[in-house]
Amino acid sequence: MSSHFELFGLAPAFAVDAAALDRAYREIQSRVHPDRFAHAGDAERRASMQWTTRVNEAYRTLKSPVQRARHLLELNGVDVAFETNTQMPPDFLMRQLELRETLAEAREPEALEPLLVEVRRDQQQLERSIEELIDAKRDFAAAAGEVRKLMFLDKLAAEIDLAFDKVE
Amino acid sequence: MALLQISEPGQFAAPHQHRLAVGIDLGTTNSLVATVRSGAATVLPDEQGRALLPSIVRYLANGRVEVGYPAQARQAEDPKNTIASVKRFMGRGLKDVGHAENMAYDFADAPGMVQLRTAAGVKSPVEVSAEILKVLRQRAALSLGGDLAGAVITVPAYFDDAQRQATKDAAQIAGLSVLRLLNEPTAAAIAYGLENASEGVYAVFDLGGGTFDISILRLSKGVFEVVATSGDALLGGDDFDQRVFCWIVEEAKLPPLNARDMRLLLVKSREAKEYLTTHAEARITARLSGGEVVDVALSAEKLCEITQTLVHKTLGPMRKALRDAGLGVEDVKGVVMVGGATRMPQIQRAVGEFFRRDPLNNLDPDKVVALGAAMQANVLAGNKPAGEDWLLLDVIPLSLGIETMGGLAEKVIPRNSTIPVARAQEFTTFKDGQTGMSFHVVQGERELVSDCRSLARFELKGIPPMVAGAARIRVTFQVDADGLLSVAAKEATTGVEASVVVKPSYGLADADVERMLRDSFEHAKDDMHARALNEARVEAERLLEAVRGALAADGALLAAEERAAIERQAAALAAVASGSDHRAIRQASEALNRATEEFAGRRMDAGVKRALAGKRIASLDL
Repeated sequence: MSSHFELFGLAPAFAVDAAALDRAYREIQSRVHPDRFAHAGDAERRASMQWTTRVNEAYRTLKSPVQRARHLLELNGVDVAFETNTQMPPDFLMRQLELRETLAEAREPEALEPLLVEVRRDQQQLERSIEELIDAKRDFAAAAGEVRKLMFLDKLAAEIDLAFDKVE
Repeated sequence: MALLQISEPGQFAAPHQHRLAVGIDLGTTNSLVATVRSGAATVLPDEQGRALLPSIVRYLANGRVEVGYPAQARQAEDPKNTIASVKRFMGRGLKDVGHAENMAYDFADAPGMVQLRTAAGVKSPVEVSAEILKVLRQRAALSLGGDLAGAVITVPAYFDDAQRQATKDAAQIAGLSVLRLLNEPTAAAIAYGLENASEGVYAVFDLGGGTFDISILRLSKGVFEVVATSGDALLGGDDFDQRVFCWIVEEAKLPPLNARDMRLLLVKSREAKEYLTTHAEARITARLSGGEVVDVALSAEKLCEITQTLVHKTLGPMRKALRDAGLGVEDVKGVVMVGGATRMPQIQRAVGEFFRRDPLNNLDPDKVVALGAAMQANVLAGNKPAGEDWLLLDVIPLSLGIETMGGLAEKVIPRNSTIPVARAQEFTTFKDGQTGMSFHVVQGERELVSDCRSLARFELKGIPPMVAGAARIRVTFQVDADGLLSVAAKEATTGVEASVVVKPSYGLADADVERMLRDSFEHAKDDMHARALNEARVEAERLLEAVRGALAADGALLAAEERAAIERQAAALAAVASGSDHRAIRQASEALNRATEEFAGRRMDAGVKRALAGKRIASLDL
């Protein structure tokens, strides 16, 4: 199977042209989507569902900074090893502890919103660093470390989301 | 050209013949059927010119069934046999049904879905819904003058897998070919977007009789993209009626009521609520079966006060949908209001305050969903030429997961994933020599399995004995364009497989659907064989037409002998299609499907290549 970038006719890079990605995604969807084959035979409907599923997966991967970075690293033979490599720099861990403490203490949406803003800022900073490491320096090992950090933050953002559900 | 030989002229549909397709809004309170005629979507009325069909079904002891207005007229008199708001019971167990004690029905808790005891026997909500769908199907066939090629049926966006499956089963029993299950807010967005040529981010606020949905969509030229959806499958106009009902009971200091009085006061409650949309005060009077007279006055202010917590319940889902979409209220260009309950001033106010803009009310909130569904049905039936149609990208409303150790739910497909979607997860054995493994599929956002909805349990057997942790069991979730899930499990080293269509826990087994189908024929004195034959013929015609179209468009992708093989199967199907053996027609259809598998795959590949080629040319123009 070719890379997700190839599927959309894009160059494999962390900095992705969002408009070009959206355009290619919609262009392909408009030709393979099950709605185009609702009155066709079973064989075509099946093929259409398989293709659309694949295109959706590729699009979702390239839209998400973490997934896009992991995909790029995989293409370059580097495993992010999020499950096994749990070593994190102490200053990063300290910062995580602080953010998690704030989350544990938050009792209303008004307290969660600024926390989410802070986490988003950290995420964006990491994304800039990953772009630099992958696209310019091509230092994939160092990028893997930053991607692990970003995955940490994604988990935290998901927990903040759950907390919103609880307080609302 | 050779293909012209496979069918005699006039025997099968001409390439551009208009196929009769309808959109059906199967609502909690009212249902509607609409179609596109001479380019415009229109609701099909009954013989008396009424567009709405009250979603009320009455079962009589002699086996007769009344649907709509006649049933509505008798509901206070015959409450146990007259089923209203059946949509709230679709795919639900008794414990999931809110206010069961305030309902006049005789419930029977069956494994999976709740059932209702009536004079005509125990009925499943699926059968009750099928009665409503049958009436709409007959109305459409009569008014359009022919058999329907297919229908789009709308469901609340927040419906889970069991509720969707139940809806599809009801359509099957009613003899409808389902082109697609479409989310109600998405249908409304289509109707609104096309009517107003809108572009940008829109919210659809849909408060119906029994369900609440909020969807955030991005509309751009020819694309309707659902970015996030949220809601509450147990919040609707009915709950406002309940609050008024409880207020009356308290205000008039009434003793516990019998089923008839309960239904009578619920009807009065609804009338008062609707009256207060345009008036400051409503007088509620009723004579109960014991002779007591109820006479109370409810003010609009009081109604606001007693329903405030219900209005407040819509805020959480609105915030959640925006958060999931990664957008703020300032990004939303307009809020489309759908569902009769959005007429209430307190709802209009709450939505206006939340989004900091006046809601859009220029489409009839009762009809907009059916109209959008009709427009989509017209596209799915292939009645719109390429270029004039549009693309709809919808999402799954609730996360799908699997139970892991300790009763925790592990998410396999997160909510708001664009469908169709597939995701696989690997599991392993935890005991030496373990040969079986059971799986529990759940839907919902909570961490504990007990807080999620149980969709199915299944077992993978015949795993060869290995040491713990050596087996690699790959579980694949696939959600199709209707939002329906199927699950397959496979042991990777040996290829042992198990697959399930997710039905058992809350839906109906195939055998149940078949029994209901038979029952419905016995009563309708319809001929099951005639219907099977008709369905097989329609399917065969559709398939032959699709294959002919595919060969005309992309025949170049086939070698001469490949093309000849397909044409042979098509000719074989055409030969049996006019006969009266529905099994032979089905077999020939399946054979043609198999013969075109490779061709279908190549067509998709070619389509993708063309899409990218088109894009490159377009970007050169910039």
